[in-house]
Amino acid sequence: MTSAISVRGMSKSYGRRQAVRELDLDVGYGEIFAILGPNGAGKSTTIEILEGHRKRDAGQVSVLGEDPGTAGRSWRARIGIVLQESSDFGMLTVLETARMFAKCYGKARAPADLLELVGLASSSGSRVRTLSGGQRRRLDVALGIVATPELLFLDEPTTGFDPEARRQFWDLIRVLADDGTTILLTTHYLEEAAALADRVAVIAGGRVAAVDSPARLTAHTSSAATVRWMEGDEQREEQTDHPTELIRQRSMDGTELAQLTVTRPTLEDAYLRLTGQA
Amino acid sequence: MAVESWEGAAVSRHRGDDLQPALPSPVCIGLSRVVPEIKMFYRRPEQLALTFSMPAVICLLLGSIFTAKLPGTQTSTGAVIAASMLAYGILSTSFVNLGIGIAADRETGALRRLHGTPATASSYFIGKIMLVAVASLAEAVILLLVGVLVFRLHLPTNAFGWFTLTWVFILGIISCSLLGIFVSNLVSNALSAAVITNGPAVGLQFLSGTYVPLMVLPTWMLIVGSIFPVKWMAQGFRSVLLPPQMVVFEPAGQWEHGRTFLVLATWSIVGLLACLSVFRWSDKR
Repeated sequence: MTSAISVRGMSKSYGRRQAVRELDLDVGYGEIFAILGPNGAGKSTTIEILEGHRKRDAGQVSVLGEDPGTAGRSWRARIGIVLQESSDFGMLTVLETARMFAKCYGKARAPADLLELVGLASSSGSRVRTLSGGQRRRLDVALGIVATPELLFLDEPTTGFDPEARRQFWDLIRVLADDGTTILLTTHYLEEAAALADRVAVIAGGRVAAVDSPARLTAHTSSAATVRWMEGDEQREEQTDHPTELIRQRSMDGTELAQLTVTRPTLEDAYLRLTGQA
Repeated sequence: MAVESWEGAAVSRHRGDDLQPALPSPVCIGLSRVVPEIKMFYRRPEQLALTFSMPAVICLLLGSIFTAKLPGTQTSTGAVIAASMLAYGILSTSFVNLGIGIAADRETGALRRLHGTPATASSYFIGKIMLVAVASLAEAVILLLVGVLVFRLHLPTNAFGWFTLTWVFILGIISCSLLGIFVSNLVSNALSAAVITNGPAVGLQFLSGTYVPLMVLPTWMLIVGSIFPVKWMAQGFRSVLLPPQMVVFEPAGQWEHGRTFLVLATWSIVGLLACLSVFRWSDKR
């Protein structure tokens, strides 16, 4: 079975600055795949090359079986793109904008159903420029999925959202994924990658530092748990692969371990280690 | 192996579209964009007011200054200016409007978003050109009303006059639109586009006989003005809106329909080639 996205040795430079270096990537059909990395790591350059919005300098790239650098209209009908930021069509209403984009495709969702799906039905008559940041992003997604794409690109979809809006947005992404859409998203929010993605690629310095499920990524990088407790006024901390055993030994004589906590490494710890920030 | 576990779960979820529905043609997509383009245009009142009132107001002001009749005629200099002002009107609805509008579409991401769909560049331009056609027609009606009611211009009374008016109008729109599209590619934002379109547009009015009659211009201004389309559009409009005897006040002593056609057609072709070579969807490389 071939992948929805297959990248081998992709490179891209802007002048002297190399944004992406010999990057390899595979995204399976039906996956939610997150590209995670700090600002300037090459996330957006990568996704823009895959969308067909940028030319690469070198490497093999296949998206839905075609080279995005040369793919034509019918390929673009099978993908959906949510750009990083946009401020277009402010003077049209939400419904008018959805209608206009539906006309670009052979088969499209009915605009009213589309707005219902992304939770914008009550704003369908509002001018786009009056929408809040979260509503605006929902419209961006609506325009990206108007023709039920097989593959949806989301470039930093929730930047600037409050936690509530972010959670609602994640629910929308899950609905699309359950519907069978392959989703590639870039994010610099760890919890977003952890909450949504089947697999995460951590990118640093234009290269893939690691690819795996969020749980495995965390486990691979460091599996040791940290046990903390108070002994008198002193904070004690121990790294161990066997926290239960450690606690049993420490409390065998009936001692109460004050303020006992056991923490597992989070994706954040793995991420910081992989991107060389820890 | 880790890879198998995710593939198994994911593949069962994938919905592949085996049957691709036929795509609408680029022309169909372009036509579907006409009404939204017009809505986006008229929902900006300040832009609307500027585009439509500027030429009319300038026409009224200049016409009120130059009220004296030209020697041996019943026609005032104001009427000559009013007939020529139609060229300025078209320049602002095509060149200025497109130069700013396309730069704005690139700046806001509208063009990039469209590029991610099956729409083509021609779809986009069909929408824009139809917008220019509608806006230019409205502008022409306003200026002709001012000209006829205030400056006693005469609408053509024969088919030949209407024919001349029509082709000058259409070729003028095409050449100025293409120049506007070309200019929009030279700048990176709408603000620069406003400067780089309005500046030359106003300057050209002085060289092209729309603000000041051609007969008072020094020769070098006349020569520079003759390079650009506005002078020829204005001359074409004067040839059908002024009484025939006014031809003696033209620098060449004749209306020069053939040359007008050649200049406007050349600008259209050069403009098209220039646009094809520089058009880009976004500022990203």
